[in-house]
Amino acid sequence: MITIENFILITILSPLIVCVLTPFISNSTILRDFLGPIGGVISSWGAFNIMSSALNNQNINLEIVKIAEGISIGFEVTPLGAIFGLVASFLWIFAAIYSVGYMRGNKEKNQTRFYAFYAIAVHAALCIAYAGDLLTLFIFYEVLTFSTYPLVTHKQNEMAQKAGRLYMSILVGSSVILLLPAIVWVWVATGSLEMSQNGVLDGKIDVAYAPLLLAMFVFGIGKAALMPIHKWLPAAMVAPTPVSALLHAVAVVKAGVFTMLIILTNVFGIDFLAKTGASEWLIWLASLTLLATSIIAIFKDDLKARLAYSTISQLSYITLGGALATSMATQGAALHIITHAAGKITLFFVAGALYVGAKITKISDLNGHGKSASLIFLAFFIGSLSIIGVPPMAGSWSKFFLMLGAADSGYLVVIGVFCVSTILNAFYLMEIPARAFFFKKEREVSVKIPKLILIPTLITSFLTILLFFCIEPFQNLTSMMVGKI
Amino acid sequence: MIDILTKNLPILVVLCPLITSLFVVLIPNIFFSWILTTLSTFITFLFSILLYQEIQIQSHISYALGKWMPPIGIEYIIDKVAIIPIIIISGISFFATIFAYKIMPEEIEKKSISKVYSLWLLAIAGLLGLVTTGDAFNLFVFLEISSLASVALVAMGAQKDKQALVAAYNYLIIGAVGATLYVIGVGLLYGITGTLNMEDLTNRISDLNNNKALIAGFGFMIIGIMVKAAVFPLHIWLPRAYAYAPSAVSVLLAATATKASLYILARILFSVFENSEDLINNTLLYVILPLSIIAMFAGTIMAIYEKDIKRLLAHSSVAQIGYITLAFAIGTKASIAAGFIHMFNHAIIKGGLFIAITSLGFFIQKRITINNLSGLGRVMPITFFCFVICSLSLAGLPLTAGFISKLYLIKATISSDAIWIAILILISSALSVVYLWKMVEVMWMREGRKIVIKENPAIYISLIIITFFNIYFGFDASLVVNGSFEAAEKLIGDLK
Repeated sequence: MITIENFILITILSPLIVCVLTPFISNSTILRDFLGPIGGVISSWGAFNIMSSALNNQNINLEIVKIAEGISIGFEVTPLGAIFGLVASFLWIFAAIYSVGYMRGNKEKNQTRFYAFYAIAVHAALCIAYAGDLLTLFIFYEVLTFSTYPLVTHKQNEMAQKAGRLYMSILVGSSVILLLPAIVWVWVATGSLEMSQNGVLDGKIDVAYAPLLLAMFVFGIGKAALMPIHKWLPAAMVAPTPVSALLHAVAVVKAGVFTMLIILTNVFGIDFLAKTGASEWLIWLASLTLLATSIIAIFKDDLKARLAYSTISQLSYITLGGALATSMATQGAALHIITHAAGKITLFFVAGALYVGAKITKISDLNGHGKSASLIFLAFFIGSLSIIGVPPMAGSWSKFFLMLGAADSGYLVVIGVFCVSTILNAFYLMEIPARAFFFKKEREVSVKIPKLILIPTLITSFLTILLFFCIEPFQNLTSMMVGKI
Repeated sequence: MIDILTKNLPILVVLCPLITSLFVVLIPNIFFSWILTTLSTFITFLFSILLYQEIQIQSHISYALGKWMPPIGIEYIIDKVAIIPIIIISGISFFATIFAYKIMPEEIEKKSISKVYSLWLLAIAGLLGLVTTGDAFNLFVFLEISSLASVALVAMGAQKDKQALVAAYNYLIIGAVGATLYVIGVGLLYGITGTLNMEDLTNRISDLNNNKALIAGFGFMIIGIMVKAAVFPLHIWLPRAYAYAPSAVSVLLAATATKASLYILARILFSVFENSEDLINNTLLYVILPLSIIAMFAGTIMAIYEKDIKRLLAHSSVAQIGYITLAFAIGTKASIAAGFIHMFNHAIIKGGLFIAITSLGFFIQKRITINNLSGLGRVMPITFFCFVICSLSLAGLPLTAGFISKLYLIKATISSDAIWIAILILISSALSVVYLWKMVEVMWMREGRKIVIKENPAIYISLIIITFFNIYFGFDASLVVNGSFEAAEKLIGDLK
């Protein structure tokens, strides 16, 4: 019988072990390439077990390293963390298989280095998911930034260098200048770095300062890509597509919004936020980001850039849900982490597949390719429907809860924001399958998509449908998170 | 036998390098003079560790030199505060000596190497003497010993680049001015109190609160020490001296020289003048605090625009010294402890960075400018990796020693309701990422010349050890943190 503590270790350590082993077995390409998927399976096995124990409401604390008096690196399982951990580790399996297909198909250089850093980024994301206190959260937040730098700049050319600079300066700058002092402020105010389910700040901080502290957190968490600190995400698209797919649609950005939600619920506490109205400004900022980036996405012809802006917009749904500070909205936000992940990773997989198969990066070049690559566009279609929020796709659940939450909170304008954004989503995402299937072919290009790319893409698109029917355990977890069970 | 050893540890720490320095000069063979130097620094390091253990038991050791009882005779004092710079200086000088073996003959002609090692040990003895002595005038003597030896060491760089002579001359003149100011201050205090012993001074000063001579003496002493500690704007000797000194000397000086003076600064501010509260509080608030904040930004910004890497690191040292003095300026127990934590961590960070950079320079055989680093990250992976770790540590990123100092510094500032200072510290440390990342980027991204370099274990072994410390003290900082808090408590008591 493996204890839950050990499952936490299994889940977070398997990507680390993959990272350490990869350089040593780089001579055998097969072994090296499939180490990632194997690590993913083991890791998500652990994550499943952690989730089931979270459902049984077990309280687990695990201290790994005591750095000094009062500061340590430790892990614990929260309902939200269990969800995010499962998402990151489970989707890693498919992303790892996909990246083998992508890297081989594209004949990329330095593959060993790529796989090693890829794994360590997943490790950091999982450590964030199960972080037991604010300091552990911050530590792995930074590890995630630095481990993705070699991935973003993988091509090592001038464009990658520029993008890398923007990436580092925004993410490191915001986290060091704002997130760190905000965390220390909480530490000084409450006397510890602990978080708790109902928030820790109530009564510990002057209510007048609460919006300021919240602002330090919100703008400190650059990974949540709220305007005006969203620029790094489109810049990061210079990375190979498996990086954009897993990291910049799932692990990194979700780590950002996960941190945001944890701060809103477990540090401030939604009751405290609702009582003081400290997060009211955040509702407007998130709504603005949500709409503005959707509109920008319409004008992007580069497929990955469009998906990047779409991601920023979808991340704002989650921040918005947290800021509304009602239990329904928070649940919706938490569910959106998982439903959006499944949908968006599929879309990025398709973008990468089209690049490998036909070197297509622009949407206007897609005309008429639907017949030669019907499966891949079908996957895109399904993923898009989920993101738009059409049943029976997973995305409909989270949108439903978010809308209910908006109604609960009394901000009816926000419902309008959701509706407008849905229309915009449909507009910019549906253009792609529409062009592929209904437009006339302009150029004769043969689209050949390797199996290692096609299969994971189809699986993740199928997941968006499956999730619609299997949302119950996740929904139970989110209701535990807001304290309903 | 053991008993005699433990009893005399405070003086042995100083004597060991001092005496060996006289013998090293007689050995013409490069290898044997290096062996003797290494042995001597190792034994000194061992002594200081023994001293550390002794301090855990006794917490305050007073040693009367030549059995002349204080306050008449010269007294050596080791307590929980002094042990921190002792460990830093003896430890770093040991690793720097190991590193010097391969590097030294590259830059200095064979016949003067044993003289260099002799000066090297003399400088170490001077620095250790500085931090152990409890006598204000004896302190001046050691200040001069260490300065003159360092000046001569810097001048040795002239065999590679004549600019070193200018740098050494600058260092000499400014250093001499600093020492003179200090000794004038000591003279004034001696005039009004009639004692040179520091503990005795503390007691006698308490009756003379508004004495003009006291204030003048304090001012002279503080400014003299601030010159030596390279507190902005009295730092102008430092960048040149570090840049043109022989590589191994840069490592030694960068990691140790200013630390001793910073310790003296803390001792004067919080221990010798502890009874003149108004004077100290005004100095901290109106002199040290603004200067430290300017230093943080001026040093960082100059580093960003600097092309020569050794100078770049020297400018960064000015900024880092700013953090330490800023911590002192806030003046609470937590912040002074943070200052000591950073003093320790900065020594291992800068030591590592200088070793990494000079090893890179050793292989490219050119002045180490930013453009000459192109592509080196690909051909020298071990050195590059250590360089990146030390850089991250300097920038204060998690899981490194630098993060711990930054964390405690931020916590101390926020606890004293100075969140704006915390933000300033963090902005400056985020800016430091700019110059560090500039170097990393050049080494990582740019195509360099196609050269094959075989990294030499004799060179990178000390680098790996120091890099390991940078990581280790990021994971297990309790030793440093507890030591620093005990030191701060000893300095300012439980009052604040």
